[in-house]
Amino acid sequence: MADVTFTVDGKKLTAPAGTLLIEACRAAGIAIPQFCYYPGLALQAACRMCLVRQEKVGKLQTACTTQVAEGQVFTTESPEIAQARKATVELVLGNHPLDCPVCDAGGECELQDMTFKYGAGVSLYTEAKQHREEQQWSPVVFFDRPRCILCYRCVRVCNEGMDVAALGVQSRGVTSVIAPNMGDHLECEECGNCIDICPVGALTSGTYRYKTRPWEMNHVSTICTHCADGCKTTLGVRSANYGAEIIRGDNRDRSGINGDFLCIKGRYAFDFANRPDRLTKPLLRDKDGQLKEATWEQALDRTAGRLRELRESRGGGAIGVIGSNRTTNEENYLLQKFARTVLGTNNIDHHRTADYAAFVRALGERGRGRSASLRETASAPAVLLLGNDPTQEHPLAAWNLRTDVRLNQARLYVVNHTPIKLERQATATLRIPQDGYGNAIRFLAGDDTALPADDAGRGFRDALRAEPSLLILFGSEYRGAGVARVIEFGLGLADARFACLGDYVNSRGAADMGLLPDLLPGYLPVSKPGGLVEEYGGALPQTPGMDLIQIFDAAARGDLAALYVVGSNPVLRYGIAPETLKNTFIVVQEMFLTETAQLADVVLPAANLYEKSGTVTNTFGDQQLVNKAGDLAGTRSDFEMIVRIATKMGADAKKLVPYGRGVRADMGQSRGAQSGEADRHAVWLAANNLEPKLSPLDPFAVLDEIERLVPGYEPQAGGRAELMAGNDIHLEPPSAPAASSADAGPARRDLVLPAADTLFTSGTLGRYSEKLNSVLEAYTTAARTTGRDGLSPVAAGESAGERDRRA
Amino acid sequence: MSAETQTLFSPGLAARFDRMVTLYPQRRSALVPMLLYAQDEMGALNDAVIAEVASRVGISELEVRNVISYYSMLHTKPRGKYHVQVCTNISCMLRGGNELFARCKEKLKIENRETTPDGLFSLEEVECIGACSWAPAVQVNYDFHENLTPESLDALLDQYRTQNGLADRGGR
Repeated sequence: MADVTFTVDGKKLTAPAGTLLIEACRAAGIAIPQFCYYPGLALQAACRMCLVRQEKVGKLQTACTTQVAEGQVFTTESPEIAQARKATVELVLGNHPLDCPVCDAGGECELQDMTFKYGAGVSLYTEAKQHREEQQWSPVVFFDRPRCILCYRCVRVCNEGMDVAALGVQSRGVTSVIAPNMGDHLECEECGNCIDICPVGALTSGTYRYKTRPWEMNHVSTICTHCADGCKTTLGVRSANYGAEIIRGDNRDRSGINGDFLCIKGRYAFDFANRPDRLTKPLLRDKDGQLKEATWEQALDRTAGRLRELRESRGGGAIGVIGSNRTTNEENYLLQKFARTVLGTNNIDHHRTADYAAFVRALGERGRGRSASLRETASAPAVLLLGNDPTQEHPLAAWNLRTDVRLNQARLYVVNHTPIKLERQATATLRIPQDGYGNAIRFLAGDDTALPADDAGRGFRDALRAEPSLLILFGSEYRGAGVARVIEFGLGLADARFACLGDYVNSRGAADMGLLPDLLPGYLPVSKPGGLVEEYGGALPQTPGMDLIQIFDAAARGDLAALYVVGSNPVLRYGIAPETLKNTFIVVQEMFLTETAQLADVVLPAANLYEKSGTVTNTFGDQQLVNKAGDLAGTRSDFEMIVRIATKMGADAKKLVPYGRGVRADMGQSRGAQSGEADRHAVWLAANNLEPKLSPLDPFAVLDEIERLVPGYEPQAGGRAELMAGNDIHLEPPSAPAASSADAGPARRDLVLPAADTLFTSGTLGRYSEKLNSVLEAYTTAARTTGRDGLSPVAAGESAGERDRRA
Repeated sequence: MSAETQTLFSPGLAARFDRMVTLYPQRRSALVPMLLYAQDEMGALNDAVIAEVASRVGISELEVRNVISYYSMLHTKPRGKYHVQVCTNISCMLRGGNELFARCKEKLKIENRETTPDGLFSLEEVECIGACSWAPAVQVNYDFHENLTPESLDALLDQYRTQNGLADRGGR
């Protein structure tokens, strides 16, 4: 809308006509107090805190509902307004206990701030306060009714934001009360957004309440280690005798890719880090076959010694490496470099949750610039969702899509074989058979015979194809040639952008960094390593190695001398029989004694993603910074372990991690002090105004190398500053040589195993989160005792809200 | 959503509900009238009624409960066969509404919002019922009785008790 000019407190401001005054003021740095107003949610105008004086209007007006127009004149601070706000605070305090010293929200309470500002600590109200004991509504949500100031933020975020509608307002007037959907407890997605959004201490978090004070914690922004959306989460940490304990997760300043949102995993499922059964001492298998504690040096010596011996006696081809979906890009890059240059093998793989290699290849040159950032899910005018259930697997993407539909009237088209919750926001839904995903694309592309088409199906297709621009999200239902067909279909439309949905925080990064037997970092085929041979300073194995399944097949044949596993539990995930691995020397870097670790000869206690620094890349290709928050004495990062093992095997740390000063670049000179082999890394650093890193254990040294060498990770203007500031930078997949299908070949096995995780599970890691388990348990027990449909919302594959709606 | 296949309501009312939800741009707009009709037929808005109404208008049971708890004329527990509503707002108060209310409590031996053990009468003190010109007034179910005195109120209640209903226009 056209801009209008108006006056606030004597300042001329300009904003589009119809902007809410409170927002226009905020943009101009004028803070207007509010309780009930919340950006993006429906207007409530319940609290009366944002009263302002508008010229020529008789009564004070609420800034949250006033739309600006040309020539208006407002006053936001005056004795009259201060008096009105003081009266409002006094009214709010009429039923609110003055127990700030013992309240969980003390120190970060909006009502406390307002009371200090406007001063209504002494009340004229003499009526008895309505009291009720606090209630536990779920394993993670507690409600202390007297503290509630009835701003209805929680109700709106649950209804509009989450589309769960588990909270409502009951009764009326002074007896109004926030009520949960099941009478005395909640059945919901347990996201905790109601707690985060509560301006006072009425809703409190089951993990954090009464443990500490906000000013006693350090607040570290990092990236959630669970799903592949990669939300920014701020971890509140406090010193403990073993290092630093994580006490709280939230998105404190509402910055980053996820804004206001966090799901149960980002908010509560950090507790695995504090578990007492974390491994803190390396374990070595002794002569009797028992795992015994050892020192780090003993364990590293044993690991390096055996790996070196086996490499020399049986060759790199007899060694397998399995990487992780939850380690940083730097660690993944280092791991594949270690495997290829030190172990001398391409037998490297990871648990693939989506076919990123096919995605990148399919995009190729024609699809350059067509990969979508996660941010676009909140702004795209039209979205096609092929497969997947974002409510369960991509909570942030689901939140964004709901927001997009609510605030931007976006049109959402859903293609799925089973009902998913997001269909409630969908403009149209196309139900297909479970094996019909390929046919669905043929049908959408115009082939009427591909699906038993009816008028509704054709209507869906016509509406979709009439969209001037379209964001296409596809799940792991599409792999290999299926992905290519999706991209081909999209590129035939007017303007389509794409994203491939996988699972786990750094699945995309693992593929990008070349944890694949046939592809190097940046999806370069191993047969055509290009400049990497020179960069890595030696011959690279040029035939594709064994993939994860072949590695275990080799073990079963007795052909696998050693297996090096970083942060992964393939024994459980792929159902590997323990006797398969009896003749294999196994090294496992893990937090817990998992099924895989139990079979290991050496178990090295690893730090998790919350205890290290680096970067991760979400499934949309948005790279973000990971900061060290927690700390557990005795553990080490995977990065450090890889470097130590490599150097103990005799490798040159400087070749693995570019640290310190290299050989001087000759800059064209062939004689004198400046002559010598060019140190391309140093030249690159200088060209990018970066310093050499001083430690071989500094992951940012490897980040430099990734930016220098990995197609798709080239430095972007301002990129490093954005990254360090905690913002996401979107990376376009490379349209590198990998794009030629001859190299990778159509016969390439995609080996995608969807994690099928839900809101309340997170692979092996999820099993070690007591909070996730307690929520799961609450649902299964509730189902048993109430005789409802007998399944937890997770097991039933739908949300609690949805079930509630249907029941 | 198509018409409910299984319903708690009489065929006539169910058919009425099927039509009501089509009369508004949003189904949920039919909620309050639907609750009133349902209450008249079923006596109270119990859990089963709430569940069916929620599904008919396409909202959650919690949202239906929120609305019921907001309106004092909607209730979840059955009341007496004759629900005696005594107005004590200003016009009625000036003309003896409080006395009428006291007389009711005394005669029926129940307090505000209680029901007699035989289930015949329930009593409620209500806000203005719009009969100020003929104050004091009492509403029994949907029938108005105006210009009452404690004596005429006695007679009225007796009449309800003995005849078990005057010209009962239905509803509770």
